[in-house]
Amino acid sequence: MATPPTPLWEVFIRSRNGLAHKHVGSLHAADATLALQAARDLYTRRGEGLSIWVVPSNAITASDPADKGMMFEPAESKIYRHPTFYEVPDEVGHM
Amino acid sequence: MAEGSIKVAETPLVRYLLRRADDALILGHRLSEWCGHAPMMEEDMALANMGLDLIGQARTLYTYAAEVEAAGHDEDAYAYRRDVRGYGNLLLVEQPNGDFARTMVRQFFYSAFMDPYWRALMASPDATLAAIAAKAEKESAYHLRHSAEWVIRLGDGTDESHRRAAEAVAHLWAFTGEMFEADAGERALIADGVVPDPESLRAPWRAAIADVLAQATLAVPEGGWMQKGGRSGAHSEHLGHLLSDLQYMQRAFPGARW
Amino acid sequence: MYTQALNANAEAGERTLEDAGLAARFQERIDAEERIEPNDWMPAAYRKTLTRQISQHAHSEIVGMLPEGNWITRAPSLRRKAALLAKVQDECGHGLYLYAAAETLGASREELVDQMLSGKAKYSSIFNYPTLTWADIGAIGWLVDGAAIMNQIPLCRCSYGPYARAMIRVCKEESFHQRQGYEIMVTLAKGMAEQKEMAQDALNRWWWPCLMMFGPPDAASEHSDASTRWKIKRFSNDELRQKFVDATVPQAHYLGLTLPDPDLVFDEATGHWRYGAIDWEEFKQVLAGNGPCNRDRLAARRKAHDDGAWVREAAQAFAEKRRAAKHAAQAA
Repeated sequence: MATPPTPLWEVFIRSRNGLAHKHVGSLHAADATLALQAARDLYTRRGEGLSIWVVPSNAITASDPADKGMMFEPAESKIYRHPTFYEVPDEVGHM
Repeated sequence: MAEGSIKVAETPLVRYLLRRADDALILGHRLSEWCGHAPMMEEDMALANMGLDLIGQARTLYTYAAEVEAAGHDEDAYAYRRDVRGYGNLLLVEQPNGDFARTMVRQFFYSAFMDPYWRALMASPDATLAAIAAKAEKESAYHLRHSAEWVIRLGDGTDESHRRAAEAVAHLWAFTGEMFEADAGERALIADGVVPDPESLRAPWRAAIADVLAQATLAVPEGGWMQKGGRSGAHSEHLGHLLSDLQYMQRAFPGARW
Repeated sequence: MYTQALNANAEAGERTLEDAGLAARFQERIDAEERIEPNDWMPAAYRKTLTRQISQHAHSEIVGMLPEGNWITRAPSLRRKAALLAKVQDECGHGLYLYAAAETLGASREELVDQMLSGKAKYSSIFNYPTLTWADIGAIGWLVDGAAIMNQIPLCRCSYGPYARAMIRVCKEESFHQRQGYEIMVTLAKGMAEQKEMAQDALNRWWWPCLMMFGPPDAASEHSDASTRWKIKRFSNDELRQKFVDATVPQAHYLGLTLPDPDLVFDEATGHWRYGAIDWEEFKQVLAGNGPCNRDRLAARRKAHDDGAWVREAAQAFAEKRRAAKHAAQAA
């Protein structure tokens, strides 16, 4: 019987304290422990990381690019959410 | 410029350092033989990382030996210009890679000893030794974890992997006794409190082995004859072949710099 | 280490029943230098071209471990040994980054690796040449990695996001590879007569195969159009080859070595080095499987794969057992 494909994992690395984990790529491993070790050996050879997350790729739910319009465009017109929308007299200084 | 093999002025400390360096170099060399041939590419990365750690440990230990010996030798003189009889590594680390089970069990037996050993050596009053140990301990802790995880998976994986893992344990067991030996010179260093007594690590080593092998559904071998000789240069036939690979360039082009 | 212009079949002419509007919109995004991401709509031919190019690139990295790996155990000093092991390990890492990028296009790693092992998928022709002496390790780092860098830097701006990101990582890591090789060559060139001879011999053997790495001459290349339009490829084979020659000739001169090309001459008018005729028949034969090491390379990769099967099965079986035990515990 053919071996089923080894599961795929997405790897996220925190490069420095104070920064968020960032997606760096993927790898294959039979289980979470091996995935974590493989992530360490593959993605942190040059001291790139202080913390690693591995997530089964099939556990990620992604938004559909076709929905981009309804998902993200409505936010673009809400310019009153940004500080530059409001005017403060120069004399008041930085606010 | 001297050609051929070097003559080492062996004080107990120099001999001690060379033996530990030889362990690390020979095992690192063995792991490097896997490069490009591992069972999965992710494991190619892991084996090379462990190999690099060990080669790095060997280099710092050789460099310190050179400083202590003060005879103008350097790391490469020790690595490339001593013959089989001058090498003092454990028989365990020179054993051929065999299949992946042999490689991982060998790594596990060695790392389960070296990790607590380095930890104990961190307390040495010799500041250089303590610093080398502090760096090496972090590396060996990872080697121990990685190899133990694999021993567990191979032991408790398929029938075939269980059979291979059991065979590896049975085959390599006889080479583990040597780790706890110390000759008169090393005994003197132990008495002076410079280095730990390997015998004191026997019980924790056995406990670590028993724990992991139990998880791997593998039996711990009982007693049996223990091979020794590596520390005094009485090696298996395998080491000579390893050295003819390792030393080929330095032997073929004496005096050349690379 | 390297992707070669091997995508022999033109994708551009492929007729598909794709929505013309989507295709036009896609090309607009490309023209606007927007990156295409995995879930975005893309023409089937774009997906196919990229899957093939990225996986060939990945295979090249993995097969590329073998010629250099041949010298890890015989490296002449501990410093060189550590550097070489780290370098070959990097090639493996780069192969893995690239397989990961290829998988975002919908192919599985297993599928892609099988294509390589069966001989169906290609990898860079350069790795079918043998490493005979230590100087070959210097020459590979200097020339093969040098050629690879020429090719890979523009790929950092490739239109496909995951490929571009993988290449940025690869290029960053590879910056030490070429220097490592050149340092070996400098040491040899300044060494004993035998070492200098060794260096010259390595240059003689690797020079022409390195020029072939850039792929067939532009005039003979059928596939560049679509790749160029899709901003996968930003320079032609000949442009990259010329860049490489211009950069490398002065480096060889610094070493005091002679390039094995009697026709090599500096063209004052253009400011470029003009090189002699490349033996494209040799290139064709190596790609067709008749290089000096094709069979050995594939055999080594197949052996690693086959010998490792029981290990991969064991890891999966163990994971399955643990999952089952966890479910049982939860059910109880």
